[in-house]
Amino acid sequence: MDSSFVNALWVLLLGSLLGLELIGKVPPTLHTPLMSGANAISGITVLAALTAIIKSNGSIPLLVLGSVSLGFALFNVIGGFLVTDRMLAMFSRKPARKENR
Amino acid sequence: MDILQYVIDLVAILLLALGIKGLSKVRSARGANQLAAVAMALAVLGLLIHYLGTSGISVAAWSWIIGGTVTGGVLGAITAQRVPMTSMPETVALFNGCGGMSSLLVALAAAFYPSELDATGMVAVVSIVISVFVGAITFTGSIVAMAKLQGWLSTPAWMQSKARHFFNIALAVACLVAAVDLIAKGGVSAQGLWLLVIASSLLGIGVTLPIGGADMPVVISLLNSYSGVAAAAAGFVVGSQLLIVAGAMVGAAGLILTQVMCNGMNRSLVSVLFGGALGASAAASGGGGEYTNITSCSVEECALTLEAAERVVIVPGYGLAVAQAQHTLREVTRSLEAAGIQVDYAIHPVAGRMPGHMNVLLAEADVPYEQLKEMDVINPEFPATDVVLVLGANDVVNPQAKNDPNSPLYGMPVLDVQQARTVFVVKRGMSAGYSGIKNDLFELANTSMVFGDAKKVLGDLLGELKELGVGKK
Repeated sequence: MDSSFVNALWVLLLGSLLGLELIGKVPPTLHTPLMSGANAISGITVLAALTAIIKSNGSIPLLVLGSVSLGFALFNVIGGFLVTDRMLAMFSRKPARKENR
Repeated sequence: MDILQYVIDLVAILLLALGIKGLSKVRSARGANQLAAVAMALAVLGLLIHYLGTSGISVAAWSWIIGGTVTGGVLGAITAQRVPMTSMPETVALFNGCGGMSSLLVALAAAFYPSELDATGMVAVVSIVISVFVGAITFTGSIVAMAKLQGWLSTPAWMQSKARHFFNIALAVACLVAAVDLIAKGGVSAQGLWLLVIASSLLGIGVTLPIGGADMPVVISLLNSYSGVAAAAAGFVVGSQLLIVAGAMVGAAGLILTQVMCNGMNRSLVSVLFGGALGASAAASGGGGEYTNITSCSVEECALTLEAAERVVIVPGYGLAVAQAQHTLREVTRSLEAAGIQVDYAIHPVAGRMPGHMNVLLAEADVPYEQLKEMDVINPEFPATDVVLVLGANDVVNPQAKNDPNSPLYGMPVLDVQQARTVFVVKRGMSAGYSGIKNDLFELANTSMVFGDAKKVLGDLLGELKELGVGKK
């Protein structure tokens, strides 16, 4: 338990550093899509919701809580990735079309 | 079997990191977003494989999983397809709030059923407290942000007074009391739990409600960072390292992005969160002032000047987004281009309703990506520009930011449009920008105001240009 907690803290630290490192210089153009994409990733709580459902051991309230939580998280994930893709599709489409002219 | 899950988790983390990295470059952004989506699917797959290999997944569990997946997924997909590009900030806020809600619910599940979820002991209780607190603030804060941006909600007067600070401090104290109570009792305190849920939900509302509409994007970005923190805390609750890494990455990245946005607006995060709307303080300190030397002109004159120009720069702003005039603007610039006039768009880092939003809106209206020039690129080109058309932008073209050390705007990066030969400012009236500060640009000799709604003015302008035969072969 203790060692796994310490491990988890290390994971937290390294994950934070990685996040700081990855967003070094972002052009303002991409702020909105980046925010939206990062937002979709924060819907990773689907994993926690799934765990709650699977470990419910038949307890109905736990199944309901887990399922509602899963719904919210997936709304975030699916909606977030799709809307980000919609935005980015508008950027990437332009240069390609120009070459065709 | 465990090895397989470790490998899948590692690959998923790697892909998520690459995804975030790729999202910060225009060329790789779309692929990176898809990569992150694949990583997410992989993570879910890994989790399912793990449980199928160990405890198995009951039929009841499967049905609830499918129920939640279909409901959330379908609603998310529909929302993502239907929402107009102009409402992007609200949409991000809505999605974000739901992510926070998910963390909150998982933490509640773990608090009520600690034995099923192995959420016993000090670490679990502290993680539950953090997850509930941050999750609830993220949810209510995001929903308030969305409602304010949609115009469904305005700030009640008492929320703008100093009294709100006492209200929020009282709520924060209540959260602290509940948290201490929960931790002291090892998590078995239903009163403590509900007090924490209610107080932190109200705190999310109390902190977000007084913030002005123009600062809202910063708040959304900050709340986005919070939802990462909430996810990481949920990771501690259920013991998932993948969740901790992903949550921490989003939390840290969101914080940086928030900082970048604040820099672009010359606002500190503290003043955004606790300063309330900027306009009130600026007006009180005499930053306003009357305009004396305004030249206004008709759309017809504007069209004649444009016809004679060789180089035109468009400065789109918040007002253009509000009037949803980007498509009409594109038609105007098309006819100018057809007449051989070089047209560029000067994009201030915080143009639109949030950074980068203007680029999305113009891209939607089919403006070629290469014509969007960032501030540092376009600023040296203004002296060689014949006509600048300012559409619904105000503070970002205020020369005070460079010339007047006493101005509250001093130091904010601005577009040097006054260096162009002629500047037309399309504006509905003489009201101040969101900062409430007088714009010296409007009084300059080479500036003319064209009053009217951006969409209507551009529509008229298009008509005038057609009459003049601009852009016809």
